[in-house]
Amino acid sequence: MAFLQGRLVDNLPKVYGIYTGGFIVFIILMSILSSLGVSAATIGILFVAFTICIYAIIGWLSRTMQLDAYYVAGREVPAVYNGMATAADWMSGASFVALAGGVYFGGYVYMAFVVGWTGGYVLVNALLAPYLRKFGCYTVPDFIGTRYGGNLARLCAVIVLVVASFTYVTAQINASGTIAARALQIPFAVGIWVGLVAILMCSMLGGMRAVTWTQVAQYIVLIIAYLTPVIWMSNVQGFGIIPHFSYGGAVHRIQELQPLVHLGAAATESFKGLSTLKTPINATGGALESWKFFTLCACMMAGTASLPHILMRYFTTPSVRAARKSVAWSLFFIFLLYFTAPCLATLTKLQLLDPNLPTAIIGKPFAAVADLAWIKNWSAVGMLKVSDSNHDGILQLNEFFMRPDIVVLATPEMAGLPYVISGLVAAGGLAAAMSTADGLLLAIANALSHDLYYKMIDPNADSRLRLIVARILLVIIGVAACAIASLQLTGILGAVAWAFDFACSGLFFPLILGVWWKRANREGAIAGMVCGFVAGAGYLWWVEHGGALLFAIDHLRFGMIGMPVSLVTMVAVTLMTPEPDAETQRMVDEVRVPTGGTILAQTH
Amino acid sequence: MAATDEKRQQHWAKTRNLTIVILIIWAIFAFVLPWNAHDLNSMKFIGFPLGFYFTAQGSLIAFVLLIAIQNQMQDRIDDEFGMHED
Repeated sequence: MAFLQGRLVDNLPKVYGIYTGGFIVFIILMSILSSLGVSAATIGILFVAFTICIYAIIGWLSRTMQLDAYYVAGREVPAVYNGMATAADWMSGASFVALAGGVYFGGYVYMAFVVGWTGGYVLVNALLAPYLRKFGCYTVPDFIGTRYGGNLARLCAVIVLVVASFTYVTAQINASGTIAARALQIPFAVGIWVGLVAILMCSMLGGMRAVTWTQVAQYIVLIIAYLTPVIWMSNVQGFGIIPHFSYGGAVHRIQELQPLVHLGAAATESFKGLSTLKTPINATGGALESWKFFTLCACMMAGTASLPHILMRYFTTPSVRAARKSVAWSLFFIFLLYFTAPCLATLTKLQLLDPNLPTAIIGKPFAAVADLAWIKNWSAVGMLKVSDSNHDGILQLNEFFMRPDIVVLATPEMAGLPYVISGLVAAGGLAAAMSTADGLLLAIANALSHDLYYKMIDPNADSRLRLIVARILLVIIGVAACAIASLQLTGILGAVAWAFDFACSGLFFPLILGVWWKRANREGAIAGMVCGFVAGAGYLWWVEHGGALLFAIDHLRFGMIGMPVSLVTMVAVTLMTPEPDAETQRMVDEVRVPTGGTILAQTH
Repeated sequence: MAATDEKRQQHWAKTRNLTIVILIIWAIFAFVLPWNAHDLNSMKFIGFPLGFYFTAQGSLIAFVLLIAIQNQMQDRIDDEFGMHED
C-alpha cells in the first residue's frame, strides 16, 4: 500500500486527469442513454450511484494504519491538490445548494456570505495557516493545548470545536439527505442514512489521507456540475459563455422588472418552509442595511479563520511555504464557485421574471404554469408551491412559493436544460455536502480521539488502539449527527451560519493571539474561549426565545456578541496574570519563522 | 546568537508590516466598498452597477490577487533573511 501511495503522489496529474476524462465520458454516456429514452429517474440514480461508488473506491484504496497518514495524510499533499481538497471541504451543501438561493431571495445582504466566505481566506493566510503548519500539530486543540499549556485550555478548544462542527455537520447531512431523496426518489428519512453510509466509506478506513483524495475527486465533480448549467443558461440568454463580466444587463433588466411584477407585495397565503421573493436584487441604501451586511460578513470571515476542519487541511502540506501556496490555491478554487453564485441567482431570477423569455412564469396564465413538469416535480416533494391566491388566473410573484435551498437544484429544469444536467447538478450537490461532512466528522473525531482520549485520558495508548478509537468515534458522531438532522430543525444556510458564529466566538482570538501576541497566556486564553463562547451561545438562546435584538444582531450574526467579549476578557485576564514562561515565548518566536523543524515531533 | 536574534527581529518586523498592509487592503474590499454599495451603484462598471459588482464579483477577485501577492512578498522576505525552509 505504501508503494501505491508513493506512486499516487507522483502521478497525481495523470490519475486525476484520467478521472476527469472518465467523468466527462460518463456524462456523455448519460446524455446518449437519455436520448435513447431512458427515464429521467434512472439517469438521476445512475449519476448519484456512480459518483458514490468512485468515492468509496478511493476511500478503500487509501486505507491506512499509520498515525501520520490518518491524522495529516502523511504531510505530503502538494499545494494544488490540497487547494482542491480544501475547496471541496469548504464548499458545503450550503455553498452549492443554498448560497445562490440565498442571494436570489436575500439580495444584497446575503451577498455578505459570498464576500465573507472568500475574504476569510485572506485572514487564514495572513494570520494563521503558515504558523499552524510550522507548529506541526495534528488538530486545532493540539495547537491551543501546546501553545497555552495545560489540559483545561485543550478541553475548552475541544468543546468549542465539537459544538461548531457538529452544528455544521448536521446541516451537511440534511443537505445530502435532501439531494439523495430527490435523486434516488426515496423518503428524506432514508436519504440521510444513505448519505451517512457514503460519507463514512470515504473517511473511516483512511482518515485524512482518504478524505484528501476523495475530496479532490469531489471537487472536480462539483465544479463541473456548478459551472455547466450557468454557462449553458447564460449562453441561451445571450450573455456569452463567461457571464461573470457581462451579466450587468440582467441586473438592470431585473431592476426594471421589479416594480412591474409588484415586488414586495405581501403574500396572502403561507406555506411552511417556502418563501416568496420580496427583496430587491440591489442595495436599497441606509445604514441599517450596510450594518447588516457588515456584521454578517465579519462573522463569516472570522468563522472561516476559526473553523478547525479548514485549518487542519493546512497541516497536511509538506512545508510552510506549501501551506501558504495551498491557501492561495484553495481560495482560487473556491472563488470559481462563489463568483458564479450571484451570477446564477441573477440569471435564474431573470428567466422567471422576464416576460420576453420563454421560461418566464410570473404574469403567465396560472393553469399553464401549474402544468409545467418542473413545477409539478418539485411541488410533489413539497419544496415548491404555486397558488392562485387572488383567483385572477394569472401567476403573480407573491403566489410563487419556493424553498430557497432548491434554486440551484431546480435551475436546470426551470431553464429547460436536458435532464442530464439535473442529474449532474444532483451529483455535484451531493459531492459538496459529502466532502464537507467528511472533513467535519474527521475534525470532531480526531479532536476527541487525539486531544481528549490520547492526550488527556490515556497517554500510553499505542497507535493501533488510537486509530481504532478514532474510527469508533467517527461512526458514533456520524450516527448522532444523522439522528439530529432527521429532526430538520433549521434551513441549511441557517445552521451553517451558526457554526461559523460558534467557532469565531470561542476560537478566533485565542488562535490569532496565540501567534501574534507573545504575552498571551493560559488564563487569558481560557477566559477568552469560555466567555466568548458562553456570551455568543447565550445571546443565541436569548434571540431564539424571543429576546429583543441588540444592535440589530440576529441569530445569524451572534458572533458579533461573542467575539468582542472573547477579545476583551482574553486581553484583560492575560494582563492581570503573569506572562507565559520563557519556554513558551521561545516557542512563539520559533513559530514565526519558517526555517527549522516543526515544534511538535513528527509523530506525537 | 545575537546576530540571529537581530535577524529574526528584522524578519518578524517586515512580516508584520506586510501583514498589516495586506489586512488594510483586505478591509477596504471586505467592508468599505460593500458598506457603500448603494451609493456606488449610481456609477457604472462594465455594464454593472458598481456597488453590485464589487459585492458580487469584484471583491472576490481582489481577495484572490491579494493572497497571491502576499505570498510572493512573504517568500521574498523569508529568502532575504535566510529564513526559508531547506
